[in-house]
Amino acid sequence: MEFQWQALTGGILIGLSAVLLFMSMRKIAGISGMIKQALSSSGNGTERWWPLMFIVALMLGTWIYSIVFSVESSLREGYPKELLVASGLLVGFGTYIGKGCTSGHGVCGIGRLSKRSIVATVVFMLCAVITVAVMGAVS
Amino acid sequence: MKKLITALICGTLFGFGLAMSQMIDPDKVQGFLDIFGDWDPTLAWVMGGALFISIPGFALLLTKEEKGHIKQGVIDSKLLAGSAIFGIGWGLSGYCPGPALSVAPLIITELLWFLIPLIVGMVVAGAIFGKEQD
Repeated sequence: MEFQWQALTGGILIGLSAVLLFMSMRKIAGISGMIKQALSSSGNGTERWWPLMFIVALMLGTWIYSIVFSVESSLREGYPKELLVASGLLVGFGTYIGKGCTSGHGVCGIGRLSKRSIVATVVFMLCAVITVAVMGAVS
Repeated sequence: MKKLITALICGTLFGFGLAMSQMIDPDKVQGFLDIFGDWDPTLAWVMGGALFISIPGFALLLTKEEKGHIKQGVIDSKLLAGSAIFGIGWGLSGYCPGPALSVAPLIITELLWFLIPLIVGMVVAGAIFGKEQD
């Protein structure tokens, strides 16, 4: 397997972010959980605002990278809308009841050696692999 | 205020990492998931890099009590069903929540077709299963 320093460095930055957030705030860097919390009307004060801040900062970080290294031209556009809608619905519904996505279960949960998260990650990776294989077979 | 600044710094780092690692490219993500087709293993390095930091990081930071609490976590049907549903959704577009949000300002018309349904999906799940705390 070819060494991919960019992917590796990006991953290290993601890991650093997750550890730094836990170190200073005892919070888990799970993006679906942050969306859930930002949407929740019961939250108040910083408990509601820090996830929103994190999400805005997430956009800022990607934007900064895109300015420095101009990635915009390589971004996919015009993907079938019915697939985007179905995907969004399933991702929202699934991460809500499964309590996590690639960041929360994948990076943080496995990082914490949580059995729940390891199982969750295996299940969603497997289902995603099968989905892509089926889509490849029918197209 | 300190929490907001921490969130700003960590979020920026996270978003920069997502872009650098190419996680924001859904074609790349689907290529990584396409292990039975034309497999592109690049993104395995992302997870590898992240875990290289997060496993020792959390091992140092977690208290004994927290580690015990994590061990007691129960694998229930909601975890399994939710993760399976999320996986299918992820495969369909190549977008998971973090990259989709981080790249949204750059291609907003495309991403609204994903992000609005994502919020609807969460609201529906909340209405059915209740708003329990994590």
